[in-house]
Amino acid sequence: MNILRFITAGSVDDGKSTLIGRLLYDSKSILADQLEQLEKQSIKREDGGIDLALLTDGLRAEREQGITIDVAYRYFSTPKRKFIIADAPGHVQYTRNMITGASGSSLIIVLIDARQGVVEQTRRHSIIASLLKIPHVVVAINKMDLVDFSEDVYNNIVIDYSAVANQLGLTNITYFPISALDGDNIVDASTKMPWYDGPALLQFLEEVPLETDINLSDPRFQVQYVIRPQTEELHDYRGYAGRVSSGIYKKGDEVVVLPAGKRSTISRLEIGGIEVPEIFAPQSGVIHLTDDLDISRGDSIVLADNLPKTGNELDVLLCWMDEKPLIPGNKYYLQHQSKGVRAVIRDIAYKLDVNTLKQEIPQGPVTLNEVVKATIKTASPLSYDTFEFLRQNGSAILVDETSNSTVAALLIQ
Amino acid sequence: MPRLKLNYLEELEAESIYIFREIAAQFEKPALLFSGGKDSITLVHLAKKAFAPARIPFPLVHIDTGHNFPEALKFRDDLAAEVQARLIVRKVEDTINQRKLTEPKGKFPSRNWLQTYTLLDTIEEFGFDACIGGARRDEEKARAKERIFSVRDEFGQWNPKLQRPELWNIFNGRIHKGENVRVFPISNWTELDIWNYIRAEKIDLPSIYFSHERDLVDHDGQWVAVSEFVNLDPADQVIRKKVRYRTVGDMTCTAAVESEANNIDDVIAEIKATRISERGETRIDDKVTEAAMEDRKKNGYF
Repeated sequence: MNILRFITAGSVDDGKSTLIGRLLYDSKSILADQLEQLEKQSIKREDGGIDLALLTDGLRAEREQGITIDVAYRYFSTPKRKFIIADAPGHVQYTRNMITGASGSSLIIVLIDARQGVVEQTRRHSIIASLLKIPHVVVAINKMDLVDFSEDVYNNIVIDYSAVANQLGLTNITYFPISALDGDNIVDASTKMPWYDGPALLQFLEEVPLETDINLSDPRFQVQYVIRPQTEELHDYRGYAGRVSSGIYKKGDEVVVLPAGKRSTISRLEIGGIEVPEIFAPQSGVIHLTDDLDISRGDSIVLADNLPKTGNELDVLLCWMDEKPLIPGNKYYLQHQSKGVRAVIRDIAYKLDVNTLKQEIPQGPVTLNEVVKATIKTASPLSYDTFEFLRQNGSAILVDETSNSTVAALLIQ
Repeated sequence: MPRLKLNYLEELEAESIYIFREIAAQFEKPALLFSGGKDSITLVHLAKKAFAPARIPFPLVHIDTGHNFPEALKFRDDLAAEVQARLIVRKVEDTINQRKLTEPKGKFPSRNWLQTYTLLDTIEEFGFDACIGGARRDEEKARAKERIFSVRDEFGQWNPKLQRPELWNIFNGRIHKGENVRVFPISNWTELDIWNYIRAEKIDLPSIYFSHERDLVDHDGQWVAVSEFVNLDPADQVIRKKVRYRTVGDMTCTAAVESEANNIDDVIAEIKATRISERGETRIDDKVTEAAMEDRKKNGYF
């Protein structure tokens, strides 16, 4: 049993909440008392019947206004897998939330209303999926009941979407004709679409292979915390604690500590205080080195024959996430995994229209939900990879040092 | 060739350990809020693994309502001694006296929401900048929307509309003086994940999590233990039954479930079979209003 983290992209109108509600309900993650509360609310709203979409409404503030304001996380399990859903609203003003939800996901479900087909929003969600390199894309063509379960409607949407996917370079796409409202092709194969012979959605989610999503060939490890017990019996103990973001580390490996560039050898590896022969992604472990080096939080321990890039000028795709606009020339605090450095945005090459992928000449300030290509200069060097190559070592955030808010997501190019 | 993939419990553990280390590195004075329940016991176990062989680099803090199960208090003291952690206990009773607060009344006078006052006083007394809690997102609707690093203002208040986006595995714990962060390292765990982990790691729990005999009264279909903190009505019938606790909170607001399960395998089998959620089955206080938790969190609750 392992974990699949996925994001659902769509608006209320696409039946996103109904789909999530259906997955929770049909996998028996909704229990009797929660259902009872749901029934009460359904009556309050005078919609009649149980509204599965209500399962995913979080706060009273949202229920009163009938909106979703933020990313929520939902959980369900089957005997084969544990699932974590990042439930993010899909309207244009919520690019920030979608990027947040997508950042930890291995799979995205793009919902398409069968009556509408591929619309601007579909394109936007797919562009975000491609920017964030989500490994698996599921296109759920929903509300098939409203188009008489028509194979032609389904096929035409598949053709339209394939064109979008081609343009974006999206691969690994799987299509499903579903009706979230009635549960067709969600958990069990629908009897109303005999022309469709693929698996039901849940079966696919249970079986989609995830092993290849974890890179085990390019070792990257950033020091989070130095463990020094400073007790009598552990007087000389000095362990570098962190999480392997990719690759495998073995005892005896020749390593380089970046950005200083000092060399050493791994003398011991531990997990939870117990010695192990190797540590691999995504384990949290402790590395010991043969030499007594000056290593602190944010330093990278990598193999001598497989180095990341090191430098203090980064080309990034930047998504602005704050209500206040980006001020070029302002200094921000850049956080790359556990490493923090001061940074300044030097140059903005273009704005990216997330509906069309068109590059536009920047005019006026960069505001909330806008994506730009920028150059960032950091006060001290970072060791990093491109986002395309290693998602974890190629991503960072910017923090406004006066408000302490997280103001931007960075994808290193 | 060794196995180079993690099962789901190992993956959850690796994530939680990562979060613990971020807390220790980013904050000057963190504290682990310890209730004696299974979730906070799991937190202590994870913290132990995150910093081994060193000791857990922050104290355990118990906000003591005075309405605890004696078994849970004994367990708390033993565990703190075992992991050699500093244990700080602050009593709601003292806050009530010092601040002239009004004691809750009624049949089940729960001091649960008064804990917020004691917690905020304790944060101020010690200057804690991060409080680590065992809340899980599967517990309740308001929890599902909360970040792993949840920034609170100087009144301890949560503002759901002003949360920091949490991207990849990057946690922004920067705060202004006076603010503090509530951190929830087991946000992504479910009730069943906790139980399966407790079984896999052979973690000890207080005895009340397993079947035992107890005197109880029926309150709207929930079984509440008879204790000095509960004011029985003359009409109440005291019944002795075999029960266990699915959660451990105050004796005044936690209900027991009928059970014969006296080992962890049987408990897990019962939880898998139940059709009632954890909070729904065991918490008396959450039923008051639909948005009870949302309101409490906004006011500085855990």
